[in-house]
Amino acid sequence: MLTISSDVLDAVVAHARRDHPDEACGIVAGPVGSDEAVRHVPMTNAERSPTFYSFEPTEQLAVWREMDDRDERPVVIYHSHTATEPYPSRTDIGLATDPDAHYLLVSTRDPDADEVRSYRIVDGDVREEEVRVV
Amino acid sequence: MAIEVRIPTILRSYTDGNKRVEAKGDSLADVIDNLEADHPGLKDRLVENGSLRRFVNIYVNDEDVRFLGGLEATLEDGDEVTVLPAVAGG
Repeated sequence: MLTISSDVLDAVVAHARRDHPDEACGIVAGPVGSDEAVRHVPMTNAERSPTFYSFEPTEQLAVWREMDDRDERPVVIYHSHTATEPYPSRTDIGLATDPDAHYLLVSTRDPDADEVRSYRIVDGDVREEEVRVV
Repeated sequence: MAIEVRIPTILRSYTDGNKRVEAKGDSLADVIDNLEADHPGLKDRLVENGSLRRFVNIYVNDEDVRFLGGLEATLEDGDEVTVLPAVAGG
């Protein structure tokens, strides 16, 4: 189960809406050893694409170093789907490398309805989990 | 050559949870072999068929090693190597 504050989740969804029709991506960092999604970091989608995303490498280096210095990890790794349901694509599953991350997907296909779902992806195995907003 | 290597959380199972480890070597390939000696299994997560894995990014200080010769990149005492998992999808 992913537990996330409404403030952080609202910021993630707002980022996805802002970048629509391109995919948006980012992380929510939290303390190493915890499962607390605390610090929202929107990332630049280097692909600037409606169908692909990748973290911009120079930006990622800076963000990962900062997390390292703060003893944080990426508790949530999120991205948006802009025309399809918020379910991991084959590419998402193939490229998921962090068994401890919550992979959060936001769909912006409906301008009037936010769709948010979360998954664990381990060795190609996808398991949906509950999102508890607090 | 003492090189500090920053390890991302997903690979810290190989380093007893340490986020930074020290290694020796004049090139990235040497450093990775040296790391493997102390942290067995790590090399396989970084290198595949003699090349850097496609979805692992390695930096020497602020420079992507792909622009420094990849595994052949030369290192100097005090350099910092950072390993990052690429994050991508569709």
